[in-house]
Amino acid sequence: MAGQLAGFTVSLCLLGFTVAVFEDQVGKFDWRQQFVGEVQFALFDTHSQASKKLLVATEKNIFASLNSRTGELFWRHVDKMGPEGHIDMLLMHGQDAVVVVGNGRLLRSWETTVGGLNWETVLDTGSFQSAAFIGLQDLVKYVAVLKKSAISLHYLSNGHQKWVENLPESDTVQYQTVYSGGNGQVFVLGVVPNSHIVIVEYNIEDGEIMKQNSVAAPWMSSLKSSCVVVGIGVLLCVDPTTESIYTLPLQSEEQTKMTPILLQTLGLEMASGFQPVLMSTQPHPARPPLSEFFLQLGPDHHILLQLKDGHISALRDFNPSYLVSFATTGEKTVAAVMSPKNETACSINLFSADTGRRLLDTTIIYYMDPNGGKPTKLYVHAFLKKDDSVGYRVLVQTEDLVLNFLQQPGRVVWTREEALADVVTMEMVDLPLTGTQAELEGEFGKKADGLLPMVLKRLSSQLILLQAWLSHLWKLFYDARKPRSHVKNEVTIETLSRDEFNLQKMMVMVTASGKNNLKPCLFGIDSKSGAVLWKKYLENVQPNSVFKLMVQRTTAHFPHPPQCTLLIKDKDTGLGSLYVFNPIFGKKSHISVPALPRPVLQSLLLPLMDQDYAKVLLLIDDQYKVTAFPSTKNVLQQLQEMASSIFFYLVDASQGRLSGFRLRKDLSTELIWEVVIPTEVQKIVGVKGKRANEHVHSQGRVMGDRSVLYKYLNPNLLAVVTESTDSHQERSFVGIFLIDGVTGRIVHEAVQRKARGPVHFVHSENWVVYVYWNTKSRRNEFSVLELFEGMELYNSTVFSSLDRPHPPQVLQQSYIFPSHISTLEATLTEKGITSRHLLVGLPSGAIMSLPKMFLDPRRPEVGSDQSREENLIPYSPEMMIRTEWFINYNQTVSRVRGIYTAPSGLESTCLVVAYGLDIYQTRVYPSKQFDVLKDDYDYVLISSVLLGLFFATMISKRLAEVKLLNRAWR
Amino acid sequence: MAPLSSSFIAIISISIVGFYMQFGDCNNGRRVVDNVESDITGFSVPLEHSFEVDDVPRFRARGNIQLKAGRENGVFLSQALLSEKDRSLLKDVAAVDGLYRIRVPRVSLQSDRQTDRQLEGYLTAFIRACSLVESHLSDVITLHTDVSGYLIGVSIVTVPSACRGAEVEDEVDLEIFNTTIGVMAPVNAPAPETALYIEKMEQEMDKKGKPQEQKSFFAKYWYLILGGAVFLMATSSAQPPAGGAREQS
Repeated sequence: MAGQLAGFTVSLCLLGFTVAVFEDQVGKFDWRQQFVGEVQFALFDTHSQASKKLLVATEKNIFASLNSRTGELFWRHVDKMGPEGHIDMLLMHGQDAVVVVGNGRLLRSWETTVGGLNWETVLDTGSFQSAAFIGLQDLVKYVAVLKKSAISLHYLSNGHQKWVENLPESDTVQYQTVYSGGNGQVFVLGVVPNSHIVIVEYNIEDGEIMKQNSVAAPWMSSLKSSCVVVGIGVLLCVDPTTESIYTLPLQSEEQTKMTPILLQTLGLEMASGFQPVLMSTQPHPARPPLSEFFLQLGPDHHILLQLKDGHISALRDFNPSYLVSFATTGEKTVAAVMSPKNETACSINLFSADTGRRLLDTTIIYYMDPNGGKPTKLYVHAFLKKDDSVGYRVLVQTEDLVLNFLQQPGRVVWTREEALADVVTMEMVDLPLTGTQAELEGEFGKKADGLLPMVLKRLSSQLILLQAWLSHLWKLFYDARKPRSHVKNEVTIETLSRDEFNLQKMMVMVTASGKNNLKPCLFGIDSKSGAVLWKKYLENVQPNSVFKLMVQRTTAHFPHPPQCTLLIKDKDTGLGSLYVFNPIFGKKSHISVPALPRPVLQSLLLPLMDQDYAKVLLLIDDQYKVTAFPSTKNVLQQLQEMASSIFFYLVDASQGRLSGFRLRKDLSTELIWEVVIPTEVQKIVGVKGKRANEHVHSQGRVMGDRSVLYKYLNPNLLAVVTESTDSHQERSFVGIFLIDGVTGRIVHEAVQRKARGPVHFVHSENWVVYVYWNTKSRRNEFSVLELFEGMELYNSTVFSSLDRPHPPQVLQQSYIFPSHISTLEATLTEKGITSRHLLVGLPSGAIMSLPKMFLDPRRPEVGSDQSREENLIPYSPEMMIRTEWFINYNQTVSRVRGIYTAPSGLESTCLVVAYGLDIYQTRVYPSKQFDVLKDDYDYVLISSVLLGLFFATMISKRLAEVKLLNRAWR
Repeated sequence: MAPLSSSFIAIISISIVGFYMQFGDCNNGRRVVDNVESDITGFSVPLEHSFEVDDVPRFRARGNIQLKAGRENGVFLSQALLSEKDRSLLKDVAAVDGLYRIRVPRVSLQSDRQTDRQLEGYLTAFIRACSLVESHLSDVITLHTDVSGYLIGVSIVTVPSACRGAEVEDEVDLEIFNTTIGVMAPVNAPAPETALYIEKMEQEMDKKGKPQEQKSFFAKYWYLILGGAVFLMATSSAQPPAGGAREQS
């Protein structure tokens, strides 16, 4: 018995759910793109001339090294999400990069060539203020970390602490800056807002306070935004109210008063309401900063100034100028200035820092993307050419998080679309047909006008097809003669067309809006290569918006262009707007969009189509009035006819209220059902219906005794997941409600005791799979619910929620899963014949394709003949993670946040896109490629056998005839 | 309820989740609504319905749901006859494919104090009026509660629930509600079944374990070896005459 069982299981496994790829298939059907996010710090390795390293630290808590020649990643370290892994500071010296992480929690030193960790030190608690290298006699030996109430000095070689000192009066004074000019002292500068500045001088060797001084500055609120140290220890502060610059020598004995210099005496004027910004440069940490500095007077106005003997003189005025930056190579320091050239281009020029003279032949033209954002950050990599003149390359980051690396005279070396590190939603759209295919399709679309014209039209389109085929053959022949490397299939928008099996699609991705006034971007990406074919920066969107992307018209309705609609909803006010575009070319559509003056509660894409084959989108506002888009007469008429069968539901998670509405003929609505889940006990965390494009091929399951168990396939079913408000481990629970979205009938309610979120769940066909955390056993568990109608179907022809009186039978089973999960999705195929797999995104970066067969509540405790007949695997409580189930082999997808699945033209194949920090696209074959011939299929053998059989029949026929004739003669 | 055939249960001895439905009596509706409050242990909740030709809900009393506080008790529904006016109205509503709605207030079935029970608002559900008419007022009303005993939803279905346009005799069929009422509480979802599995594994281990403990080769097959040896000895000692005998025969 046991042997049988084991053998059965083994054979089942051998039967194969293996989805692993062969070595030669790596990268053939899949691709991965790795991102870093919005750059916060970027440093070029100036250590050696030939270095290609560019170090970046980003908002996404990533520290990475990019190849500055190609833009590819050398290495990347992904730290924890949230403030714990936030990179506060990045400093670089020689081969080492020093990073302060997690609001001053950790100090790390990285080796920059291979990305190995040199050392790591845990710092004392306290919120991080500043960090700087401290040099002594031209040698950089220490790094100083300034916290709210203490300063510590660490050896650069091993991270050991040299000394740590508490800062005096740290409860009143806000210490913000640390400075050292490389001559044995460390200055710590603090401010008491609107009162005075405190300057504390420490001895490098033992941390003894050498001097402590306070200088009155009643106008100052913060050091960080308005003060820099320039020249040989002179503190410069700018005051916008009196429009003056204050100077204070740090090292002189007489530190009592700051000397003001009015900007007017320099002939300068400040833009009103603008907080001026000072920028200085300290090329070597062991030497004092340069005496030249930039002052930004307005959003587009910078000026290069010089401090000499206590006097400030203007070297050069840059008006207008967007961005400025200092760069140093060897002993030369230059200033790069980006100023507008015309509407679409900017020019970047180099200026000598000490004189302000423009350096010859140093112009880089930067063309701004009309669909992109404005440049926001400029990083300059300067180097000495052979003739000792200064050459440079620049890295420009724009509002829409594009990293452009340019070199003279304006060549873009590489571009990175870092906005794609934050994809929030996506859709896949079929590519359009080629011109000839479309011509053929168009024949059926047009109105018939007589027999003869139809015949002629058919003939002409056949001729066109023939012509296209011949030209294709000619191209094949022509290409075959060329060497391989020359035949490169460049993907451009113009050459886009659907392939034979519809495996290549357009991925339309929407990126997040949010922090730092970041606006969303729309991307059109070719699913085969991952190339960005178009992008659109949505400038007028409020930050903190949520999105819903809908395909209103697919490419199937030539000559009407495909149409996608992005519903943008402000999270706070609920006000929505629509952005309608062509998903293939990214062009904004000129269709008039309804104004949405009231907050949008719900959107509903109906299967109804207008005369132009666009699906009707209904938007429900907070007064339960419905707006239709498109709202042509035809649509309104259809809606009136259909009104009594259009239902929708609303979920108000804050009140636990689910309510159902029915459309009336005048596009108003009426409340028809209400379910209220008290929020004192549990709160709704997720509601999921079924996907509209899902097909289920089989109505039931054939059981061991040849009877059929019919599935409960209710397309209106909603799975509602709640979590208890009580988080005590004994009393917490997760609730699952299956509610009919039309009638509001609670089909099933279940409570998973001693469970807690985060709950991930998938709702498809007749099953719901959810994952929760078991608080008692401290493990993750999968649970599957399956719904069956029973042995008989109530009404086999059509499903109506209004006519299904009998509640379904519900089966449920749970399993232990040995890992946390990040996201969960189910595969989807064209006709739903292929068996389903669950795609599980694991925090390790792996994406697992788990056969649904293992999540089947009918798995028996003890296998019987009947269950074996039915291919049911005997129940085992633990779900194994098998590495051969990983569809992305070693291509880990960091911080996977979502998985999107789309059917392809091949029934066996499902397209999968996993997005998070990285984007990974691949294909999965849940039932293997049953409709595809293998690569190594023996065409020669089969055709020779066929030919042989053909000739054999011919010959034997001839022989038989001869024989018959002979017999007749006899 | 939960019509699970026994063979089906036999095949899957896993957790079959049935419905915790406690069905009350299907009363004949002759009782008068007003004097039901007298029940001491339980309490009652008004059940209201609405059916209008213009489809604007105007709820009025249909009956009283009597609930016994505590878990194991049943639920009863007492309701009045449909009046002459209501009957014709219901038929009219059915003719225009209007809705028949019911509602119950949000109450808790668990808490003992009356003040704690009542919450703001109602729970509503609907069916098509025609299905109610065609099923001759036979409906199934289910009250759904959450874990703590609050009513969270109400559902109504008629059996049969299709509208086929069948003619209904007014007086006979539309007078008495033939109602089945039940309360449905959430079921406990099963946790991974480890105990049984471990037991099964142990049994398998035992089975496997036994043959390993068995005796050595000689101990196991001593009788065969002995038999073989005896046979060999016998044949070798009696070979010449046997050979002769064979030839003779």
